[in-house]
Amino acid sequence: MFITAASAISPQKSFRNADGFTAVPLTEGNRLVCAEPDYSSLIEPKLIRRMSRIIRMGVATAIDALQQAGVTDPSAIITGTAYGCLEDTGIFLKRMVENKEEMLTPTAFIQSTHNTVGAQIALMLKCNAYNNTYVHRALSFETALLDTMMLLKENGTSQVLVGAADELTDQSFIILERFGLFRKQPAGEGAAFFVAKASPDAAIAEVKGIRTLINPGTQQVEDAVKTLLQTHGLGAGDVQLLLSGRTADTAMDQYYNVVEQTIGNEAAVIQFKALCGEYPTSTSFALWLACNTMQGKTMPGMTNASHVRYAVIYNADKSGYHSIMLISKC
Amino acid sequence: MSAPVYIAGLGAISGIGNDVAENFRALQEGRAGLSAIRYLDTVHKNTFPAGEVKSSNEELAERCGWMGSDSRTAMLGYLAAREALDDAGINGSVAYRTGLISATSVGGMDLTEHFYPHFLANNSGGKLRQVVEHECGAVTEKMAAALQVTDFVSTVSTACSSSANAIMLGARMIRNGLLDVVIAGGTDALSCFTLNGFNTLMILDQQLCQPFDQQRRGLNLGEGAGFIVLVSEAVAKDLSKPAYAKLTGYANANDAYHQTASSPDGTGSFLAMKGALEMSGLKASDIDYINLHGTGTQNNDASESTAIRRIFGNSLPRMSSTKSFTGHTLAACGGLEAVYSIKAMEQQCLLPGLRISKPVIEEEGVMVNEFTNGIPVKNILSNSFGFGGNCSSLIFSAI
Repeated sequence: MFITAASAISPQKSFRNADGFTAVPLTEGNRLVCAEPDYSSLIEPKLIRRMSRIIRMGVATAIDALQQAGVTDPSAIITGTAYGCLEDTGIFLKRMVENKEEMLTPTAFIQSTHNTVGAQIALMLKCNAYNNTYVHRALSFETALLDTMMLLKENGTSQVLVGAADELTDQSFIILERFGLFRKQPAGEGAAFFVAKASPDAAIAEVKGIRTLINPGTQQVEDAVKTLLQTHGLGAGDVQLLLSGRTADTAMDQYYNVVEQTIGNEAAVIQFKALCGEYPTSTSFALWLACNTMQGKTMPGMTNASHVRYAVIYNADKSGYHSIMLISKC
Repeated sequence: MSAPVYIAGLGAISGIGNDVAENFRALQEGRAGLSAIRYLDTVHKNTFPAGEVKSSNEELAERCGWMGSDSRTAMLGYLAAREALDDAGINGSVAYRTGLISATSVGGMDLTEHFYPHFLANNSGGKLRQVVEHECGAVTEKMAAALQVTDFVSTVSTACSSSANAIMLGARMIRNGLLDVVIAGGTDALSCFTLNGFNTLMILDQQLCQPFDQQRRGLNLGEGAGFIVLVSEAVAKDLSKPAYAKLTGYANANDAYHQTASSPDGTGSFLAMKGALEMSGLKASDIDYINLHGTGTQNNDASESTAIRRIFGNSLPRMSSTKSFTGHTLAACGGLEAVYSIKAMEQQCLLPGLRISKPVIEEEGVMVNEFTNGIPVKNILSNSFGFGGNCSSLIFSAI
C-alpha cells in the first residue's frame, strides 16, 4: 500500500507544514488541544460554521490530502474513529436531560452519528464510492487501513482516501480523567487523512505491512515484529526509526521494551504521544509523522531524517489492542 | 477474490422473538412485535410504538450469564452471536482463524444516558461503570470476550447500513484469506437518545408503521441483534451440517445527497443493488425476492422504490419490508434481515409485509402481503440504507 499524500491536524503545527515543525508546549493543563488552521481556503465558511470540531478537522485533512495527491474522485472513503462525534453527542444528551425529552432540535443528533465525518467528505466531493467507518477502539484506524489494503488488492487501480479522527471535549476529558487515563500522560486528539494506492508512482511512503494483536503476551508481540520484518527481508538493525506509543505511564512498558530490543539500538525512538497526546486513533498521527520523515522533514527529537529508510510504528493500548506497522521510504 | 463464502449459522433476537425459531414463527403467523414502550424509561412511551425485545435487562443478563451491569446492546448482541455460532456447530474444537465483526450505532448509550443526569448535576457524579461500555467498540469487546474470539475483532458504524457492512467486511476477509470463520452482524438497543433523535427529525409514526404503503407516515423504532456465521469453502466442508446459503454479491455505495435524507432518484441504493448484482454474476431477473430497507418514511420508500424500478424495470421481483414486524432496528437491521432472508430461502417461502392497503408499487402481486409457502427462492437481495448516505446491498443464493 503506497501513500501518495498525508495531511494531519494535531496539537502541533502539522497542517500544511512546509519544513517540519518544533514541538509546542502543553497549553491547557494535562490536555493537548488541536492547533486548528484557517479553513477558509478549503471549506466554505457557511459550512464550517455548521461543523463540529471533529467534522471540520476530518473534512479539512481529507480535502488537503486529496488536493496534494491531485485526486478529485477517490474510489473509497474509509474512516476510523473510536469515540465518534462526541461534541454533538454531548450537546444532544445535555439538552435531552435538561429539557426532559421535549423541544429538541435535530442538528446535534444528525451530526452525532459515527459516520458523519466520512459522510460529510462524500457529500462535499459528491462521491458515490464505497464509504465505511470503523469504530473499534485503538484499532479503529488500523481496521480502516486493513480495509484499504484489501480494496487495493481487489482493484489495483483504486485510489483510497483513508484516515482517522477523534476529538476530546470538555465532558469526555473529565470522564476519561476520572478513569485515571491522564494521570501520567496528556490527553490528545487529532485528525489525519491519507491517499493510498497499489502502485508506487508519486508515492511518499509505503505501508509494507500491518499486524494487530488483542491481549497478546510479550512473546507474541516479539514474534509478530520479527515476522513482519522478516517477511520484508529485514532484521534487527535495519530499521532507523521507531515511532513508539510509549508514554510516562509504565503499565505497558514490558511490551515497548521488547519491541525496542527486537528492532535494535540503531533505531531512533520517538514517543509520538508526547506530540499528539493519548487518544485511540493516535497511530494515524504516527503514520503522518512517518510520511513526513520519509519526505526528509524533521520533527522534534530528530533534526536529520535523511537516513530513514524504514520506520516501525508500535502502539500498545492499555485496553489490550496492539498494532505494528512497517513503513518504508519511496 | 471470488472464492465462495458460505453462511453456516444464524442468530436473532428482536421484538418478535428471542431466537431464530421464534422470529420465523412470528413472520409465518403475521405477528408484529410493535407495541407501546414498556421497558425503556421515556416520556414518549405512550406516544410512539416500538419493537422492544420483550425482556428486562435483568432477564437478558440472566440469559447471558452476566452480572447485569452491561449495556443492553452488548447483551442482545451476545445472545444472537452465541446462537449463530452454536447453530453453525463451531465450538472451538478446531482452531479456525475466527473473527467477530459487529455493528452498532448506539453502543452503550442506553447506560450513558442514565449516567448523564448525575454527571451534569456534578462532574464527579454518576457511576463510571455506566460509561465503561459507551464506546461502540467496547460493546463488541464484551461480546468477543464472552465468545472467546481473539483473532480479529472489529466494529462498523455506518448508521442503518452498519451490519450489512459488517457482513461485507467478514466476507472480504475470508476471500482475502485472512480468516476462516467470521461471526458478522449487528446489535442496537432502543435508547432515549435515538428515540428523541428520530423524533426531532419528525419521521416517527405514532401508529404502527406501513412500509411501502402510499399512506405511510414514518417509522417505528425497534431493537435487537442479528448475526450470521460466514465460513470459507474449506470450513463449510468440514462442518457437520450443510451450510444454508452462499453470499454471492455485495456492494457499498454512498448517496452523497444529504446527511439524513435519500436522493429522489435513489442514486446510492441504485449503485448498491447494481454493484451487488454485478458481483454475483446474476441477472436482475434471477432475483426471486427483495427484503427491502423499507423503513416506512416518505423519503426512504420513495427513493428505494425508484432505485428498484431503475434496476428491475417492469419485471419486478416480489418484495416486502419485515420492518413492519420488528420496527427499524438501525445498526442491527442488516443482520436481522440477512437471517430472515436466509430462513426464507431455507424454507422456500416469501415473507410478508404487514398493513399494506395501497402499495407504493401497485403492480399485482409484487408486494408480498401474506406468508407464502412453496415458492422456489434461489436468490434474495437484502437492502440496508442509512444516514450519511451509506447504502449497502447483499445477495444470498442457494447452494
